[in-house]
Amino acid sequence: MAKVIKLRKGLDINLKGKAVEETASVSCPGEYALVPDDFTGMKPKVVVKEGDAVKVGDALFVDKLHPEVKFVSPVSGTVSQVERGDRRKLLSIRVKPDGKQDAKEIDVKGDIKVLLAESGLFAFIRQRPYDVVANPEDTPKAIFISAFNSMPLSQNFEYVLKGQEKEFQAGISALSKIAKVHLGISAKQTNSALTGAKDCEVTVFEGPAPAGNVGVQINHVDPINKGEIVWTLGAEEVIFIGRLMTTGKVDLTRTIALAGSEVKAPKYYKMLVGQKLTTLLENNVNLEDSRVINGNVMTGVKTTPDGFLAAHATEVNVIPEGNHADEFMGWIMPRFNSFSTSRSYFSWLLGKKKEYTIDARIKGGERHMIMSGEYDRVFPMDIYAGYLVKAIITGDIDRQEALGIYEVAPEDFALAEFVDSSKLELQRIVREGLDILRKENA
Amino acid sequence: MKALRKIFDNIKPYVEEGGKFHAFRSLVDGFETFAFVPNQTSRVGSVNIHDAIDSKRIMSFVVIALIPALLFGMYNVGYQNALAAGALESTSCWAMFWYGFLAVLPKILVSYIVGLGIEFVVAQWKNEEIQEGYLVSGIIIPMIVPVTLPLWMLALAVAFSVIFAKEIFGGTGMNIFNPALITRAFLFFSYPAAMTGDNSVWVSQSKILGAGYDVVSPDALSGATPLGMAAQDSFAGFDCNTIHDAIVGLIPGSIGETSVIAIAIGAVILLWTGIASWKTMLSVFVGGAATGYLLQALGLTEIQWYEHLVLGGFAFGAVFMATDPVTSCRTECGKYVYGLLIGFVAVLVRVLNPGYPEGMMLAILLMNLFASLIDYCFVQRNISMRAKRATK
Repeated sequence: MAKVIKLRKGLDINLKGKAVEETASVSCPGEYALVPDDFTGMKPKVVVKEGDAVKVGDALFVDKLHPEVKFVSPVSGTVSQVERGDRRKLLSIRVKPDGKQDAKEIDVKGDIKVLLAESGLFAFIRQRPYDVVANPEDTPKAIFISAFNSMPLSQNFEYVLKGQEKEFQAGISALSKIAKVHLGISAKQTNSALTGAKDCEVTVFEGPAPAGNVGVQINHVDPINKGEIVWTLGAEEVIFIGRLMTTGKVDLTRTIALAGSEVKAPKYYKMLVGQKLTTLLENNVNLEDSRVINGNVMTGVKTTPDGFLAAHATEVNVIPEGNHADEFMGWIMPRFNSFSTSRSYFSWLLGKKKEYTIDARIKGGERHMIMSGEYDRVFPMDIYAGYLVKAIITGDIDRQEALGIYEVAPEDFALAEFVDSSKLELQRIVREGLDILRKENA
Repeated sequence: MKALRKIFDNIKPYVEEGGKFHAFRSLVDGFETFAFVPNQTSRVGSVNIHDAIDSKRIMSFVVIALIPALLFGMYNVGYQNALAAGALESTSCWAMFWYGFLAVLPKILVSYIVGLGIEFVVAQWKNEEIQEGYLVSGIIIPMIVPVTLPLWMLALAVAFSVIFAKEIFGGTGMNIFNPALITRAFLFFSYPAAMTGDNSVWVSQSKILGAGYDVVSPDALSGATPLGMAAQDSFAGFDCNTIHDAIVGLIPGSIGETSVIAIAIGAVILLWTGIASWKTMLSVFVGGAATGYLLQALGLTEIQWYEHLVLGGFAFGAVFMATDPVTSCRTECGKYVYGLLIGFVAVLVRVLNPGYPEGMMLAILLMNLFASLIDYCFVQRNISMRAKRATK
């Protein structure tokens, strides 16, 4: 029987527009793009030219420091644009599809790390500390996979897994050749491919969000100490590896959830990594004064309707922007429709079943940290979140280490940022802190 | 509402950088964010949605929680005046309240005008938004001073504390000491004659705008607070009436501190909304009660343990000042230690130091100083646990 870990701290936010379990298809948008910024902590080096023909699985760019790690095209076609920004920063490489989806044949024998790097799937593996693309030269002490996402409006992985159980298991088995694999599942998940997964240690997590965050799971199963490295991987990306192992071809198809209050019929769609969002959003979404989020509403990045599905995104959320709301005297009005964890509002009265539409406003001015214990309520790790954030703000690296910065990623602070009455941008603070620390330790 | 929005939109260009009235940016900004929730949306790379709570809402609810004690304090000012003039029976409740209102209102106005004035200037100078912290300090300060305190002293003390206890540390959230208590401490040590309990500072003795009474024979007036009396040698224990009056609040004392019932209403609001920590609040009472019990058992005092909790500023301090999130402990375990020690020190000062009949202010200020040290111990425990784990 798998070990069960019950978490008490956390917060489930009940948002309107959850995806129903039904998958539809999206027509081909005519353009795909791989965006280097999706792969944190990596310096891209372009290996194709405009006009080059590429197959699925052909490298578009590589990591300058580890050229063996390839970032590959999700489609076959021709490279239409190498988009650069200020100081020639690589923004994206765009590929015009030919509709054939010709895939490069890959021999799946041999060293698994080499195989993953060559096929472009290694690029999806992230490491802690720093929450960046993993380094193939490292030997991690373990690989952690969370098979559920607990954030609001997120993809239900158990639904996505249906019909792909064999690939999922193949992916785990392949990864287990690198290091011990830990699979974190939710107490609500019953699929035997999850509860009875082989070649890994299954741990069941019970409790509110962020129980599905892999960082929380690591902290409770086998916390990271200074000098140790742990790799993490999204559950759907394990299926990518499984597909490679069973077919010898790269297939970056995801089943993403299109969800949120501004989506007309929230449901699942089959999409490729890097697919342009226009055909997904067209007719499905109310785009006026809305915010399209590449990824989850808590951790994802605001994008334009003609953006491209981010590499790690398992959902596209659309919520109201709210920048014309003009809410009158918010400090004293009852504001029955506003969701809050504070009892100075009435959402505690309306029960957990009420679904809320929350817009993208910050709803207050940024202040110094005033209230205490706010972060800890939604931070189920044995880390003093407030103190760690202060250590990052003050740039005290020794103290950051002592307080456990190696165990955290920006996404672990998403709920703390949501409830913060001082409106500090915690995810950004933590990301910048990790980047500085990585540079210092390099 | 739309008209108001329009007014702000029209004013804005004038106060922005380079505008004619740029010097009033913080002022306009402050009023605008009070009128409307800011429409600013979250930036790329931060969480897309936010809880509706913000520091304005929190501070407003603390002010709401203070209002019962403030209103009762006004009534009590009138009651004490009528009592001193011997005209209790011939004065209506409303007349007493009206007299108290007239006596207290100038203090509130001075406190807010001086304090917020400095806040506006500092916010303008630092090019920041106005911080709401002073909304609470500004109403607490008039409630913890005697009603007869001259307004110029109050103004001076407020200016001192806002500048030296708060702004030089970096504003709300960065201060070490509770600014309201620093105001009181400043007055207490600079103008002891206007602040101490053994003369008649606690009872207003003259007419205000025709309301109330001129007390003609001040000598006949005892005027001392029950705690002040207890500190004197002639103390022979309180009778039931004193305790009853202390709970209701009809005793001389600082304006807002007398009524335990009114303070309890505030406590319920603060605890229910989760703004104040029940851990801190409870442990202050437990610490005070235990120390009072112990000292009485040792024969050092004749005041019963429960009398300590209802007299003087103990309840007010425990509910509204010890729980200040900025100056109290930030770790959950630390809050227990912090609260217990406040209760302990407050009663210890009351009982063992005959010079100071009231110890709550000193206890909280002392523990403000130690709050970081208490936190340090608990955070350090977490740090060494992590270090130990690494070497295992």
